[in-house]
Amino acid sequence: MLSREEVLHIAYLARLELTEEEIEEYRKQLSAILDYFERLKEVDTEGIPPTASVLPPRTVLREDEPQQGLSREELLANAPDVEDGQFRVPPVLDW
Amino acid sequence: MEYEAVIGLEVHAELLTRSKMFCSCPVVDLTEAEPNTAVCEVCAGMPGTLPVVNRRAVEYALRVALALECHIARESVFARKNYFYPDLPKGYQISQYELPLATGGRLPIRTSHGERSVRIRRVHLEEDTGKLTHVEGPEGPYSLVDLNRAGVPLLEIVSEPDMHTVEEVRAYGRGLRQLLRYLGVNTGDMQKGLLRFEANVSVRPKGSQELGTRVEIKNLNSFKALEEAVAFEIRRQIRVLEAGGRIEQETLGWDEARRVTVSQRGKEEAHDYRYFPEPDLPPLVVDDDWLEQVRAEMPELPWEKFRRFQEVYGLPEYETALLTADRPVADYFEVAVQAARKHGVREPLRVAHWMTGELFRLLNQRGLSIEEAPVPPEELAALLGFLQRGDINKNTAQRVLAEMFETGQRAQSIIEARGLRQVSDESRIHQWVEEVLQAHPDEVAKYVKGKEGVANWLFGQVMRKARGQANPQVVRKILMERLQALRRDQANA
Repeated sequence: MLSREEVLHIAYLARLELTEEEIEEYRKQLSAILDYFERLKEVDTEGIPPTASVLPPRTVLREDEPQQGLSREELLANAPDVEDGQFRVPPVLDW
Repeated sequence: MEYEAVIGLEVHAELLTRSKMFCSCPVVDLTEAEPNTAVCEVCAGMPGTLPVVNRRAVEYALRVALALECHIARESVFARKNYFYPDLPKGYQISQYELPLATGGRLPIRTSHGERSVRIRRVHLEEDTGKLTHVEGPEGPYSLVDLNRAGVPLLEIVSEPDMHTVEEVRAYGRGLRQLLRYLGVNTGDMQKGLLRFEANVSVRPKGSQELGTRVEIKNLNSFKALEEAVAFEIRRQIRVLEAGGRIEQETLGWDEARRVTVSQRGKEEAHDYRYFPEPDLPPLVVDDDWLEQVRAEMPELPWEKFRRFQEVYGLPEYETALLTADRPVADYFEVAVQAARKHGVREPLRVAHWMTGELFRLLNQRGLSIEEAPVPPEELAALLGFLQRGDINKNTAQRVLAEMFETGQRAQSIIEARGLRQVSDESRIHQWVEEVLQAHPDEVAKYVKGKEGVANWLFGQVMRKARGQANPQVVRKILMERLQALRRDQANA
């Protein structure tokens, strides 16, 4: 069973705030998912390359031809806050 | 105890494509374009959009991988690197993780200890992020987001921790930058952040095979910063260990103003990125035909050119390094050498010296690149021809070159229009010498009595009389013949 701390860490990575009930609920649900993967691990995959995609390996490429995208007005239309043609967001520290 | 540093470098290079990595938005110069004017639904991370790989970006990456003699994966996989930061509108960066485009190469470097290779761990493709500006507003701080750079093709090149000195770090950094420029895939502009370095540094007792705890240094936006930060970090770690302390594994930034490394907070661990194969992109397949096509377009590599310049032109290491630093410089030199031969100048070293001396000086003064030089290589060669034939002397040649630079005129026009052709005609020079000797009987008498230094003064007088246009070798020869004859006459009298 996942610990409370593990659930909180995962929630932090997704920037989610959880209530006490949700923490308990996700402990159970996430543990069930992990248990299922434990079962999958029982299959012998020796010598079988990992599957990265279920699509046929077919390379679809784009030529390097630039095209104008959205106008700035269109791009910023949904933004809750805008300043000087840029998205204005809560402060973030460099890392 | 003696310590040894172990250093690895991670390099991010924006690729010189016209459009972005996964969409057709133009790649623009961030210092010029208005914010958020090169963004579309894809690089803005809007729901329902799908990435499509830019062919040229892959070809540029393959060029680098081939040059570094990497093993190229015939099937590589794009992966999602998940993290929350407003410079990434999707909430993840498309990168490569477990199956990168290329692995296991090497970059030859040259230091004062000779030539060696630094091993390359991997080369992979990813997308750049947007640019954040932090603002201190009256009601508190906030950040502004410009997505013009989001989605620009980015090549990551990771070395093995193979370097042990700042000199090796410098050689690797500069060598890699030179290679990227040779391959035409990156401008090498660190100021604008188009080429970015991160260093992993650890120290260990000399002779030990184990690796010490390493730190990662970011925010190195010049070679000076890279070298200073690595040197600082090596000293700091040795001090900590000698005081009986332990090195913390952490991410540091380089504080340019205070010239120290500082801890940066909030860095997530690799497993926190929850990498998984990008479901929106099939594996990238590189087949033989494509690879051969890229291989066929490969230019001569820096170290190949270096060797050829030494062998073919017999240049010393110093001049070779200067002339092969950049492809356009090397090209200029080769055209000039060819042309100079037609003008009777047979020593490539002479062309090399004029380029690395006078030409570079004039270019630097005006802040010009070699491509912008107002004097084409054929004209430099013509000028050297005049010098070689004795039509002008070295000083005049320097003046003519400066004027060619200024006016864009040909060497011949300047020499003729200004009557600069130097006089080698012995009878003219004889006449000047006689006039000077007659005008300065006292100095001549001093020389005859044994004061050797006067000869130089008299030489200067003759050159002045000739207004600098006399061939100095001929002047010296005739002057000395005359002076020695006078001395003999005196002795016999």
